[in-house]
Amino acid sequence: MENVEQRIKKIVAEQLGVKEEEVKNESSFVNDLGADSLDTVELVMALEEEFECEIPDEQAEKINTVQEAIDYVTENAGN
Amino acid sequence: MYSRITGTGSYLPEKILTNHDLEKMVETSDEWIRTRTGITQRHIAEKSQKASDLALYASQEAMKAANIASSDIDLIIVATTTPDMVFPSTACILQHKLGADNCPAFDVQAVCSGFVYALATADQFIRSGKCRNALVVGTEIYSKILDWNDRSTCVLFGDGAGAVVLSQSEQPGILSSHLHASGSYKDVLSVPGSIESGAVQGNPYINMEGGTVFKFAVKVLEDVVREAVEENKLKPSDIDWLIPHQANIRIIRSTAQKLGIPLDKVVVTVDKHGNTSAASIPLALDIAVKDGRIRQDQLVLLEGVGGGFTWGAVLLRW
Repeated sequence: MENVEQRIKKIVAEQLGVKEEEVKNESSFVNDLGADSLDTVELVMALEEEFECEIPDEQAEKINTVQEAIDYVTENAGN
Repeated sequence: MYSRITGTGSYLPEKILTNHDLEKMVETSDEWIRTRTGITQRHIAEKSQKASDLALYASQEAMKAANIASSDIDLIIVATTTPDMVFPSTACILQHKLGADNCPAFDVQAVCSGFVYALATADQFIRSGKCRNALVVGTEIYSKILDWNDRSTCVLFGDGAGAVVLSQSEQPGILSSHLHASGSYKDVLSVPGSIESGAVQGNPYINMEGGTVFKFAVKVLEDVVREAVEENKLKPSDIDWLIPHQANIRIIRSTAQKLGIPLDKVVVTVDKHGNTSAASIPLALDIAVKDGRIRQDQLVLLEGVGGGFTWGAVLLRW
């Protein structure tokens, strides 16, 4: 079973159409990985699906980097 | 007793506004609009045109295709967010222009889901034996409720109309319709202004929380399509043509992908029309019927979501 970090990096790479090795913990979705505003919405939806959780909009706005996504999922999702 | 679409028609105003035209009006770019929305151009009505004028052209074409006269119509339902005036309804104005007096005529306001709501309503009238030939129209002039200084909304919409004649039939036709609404989202996508005491009160232009709309749309559209096919003991893969409300290519793609429907089974007009709200589904339907994509006995699913939120789907056998 892959850990949270690996699963998130895989989703980020798939959603944003970048190579997995380009996805670093400190990568910003918008500034480093070329995401636009709709990509970030789709990314949050993909995270919700993968980790079977609901990420409220006000929380989603604070998830701007890979590490922030990892932290959110680790703290808030059961699996 | 069932209802079946026996004729389709549509109308697009002559004037075309391209993304490059918009670059000269607001701080935007063709590249930005295309990658975010899939839109390259939209049609814009003349100042003198009203929603009923667009509806008239589309209706006449649909009636001709169905081979019926005005006197054969015994119900008119117009879906519009941009009516000619506060009252009477655009349906009554269209009725007069068509010379189809005496039959019931009314507007349905469900924003971008309006056509699905109107078609579902007409289907009920026909199934209950209350009418034989219904004229169902989606017509919009969004250019009148756009703030042309707001680059986040003015690039998204266009004007147009689409119409169908829905008639009594021994065979379906419409298999089922599925309507939903959630007023708790009323502020996410709205034109909040109103006319009071002789003046406009509040903002008379579109305001939209794009991210929230996108997320909600993709979720409920997948749900309502599954609801429609499951009620008929079918699967999404049985659908021959998905005709989504044409708001944004990325909502359309995302919905199709979640349902496992390949894009070559999806009718797309958003690139050429922009979002024409209640008119987008009948416009896309008419185009796919006329170019021969939709053929007899094929399974067609119409789906849309709009301000309210409202959303819905109609599943039919062509």
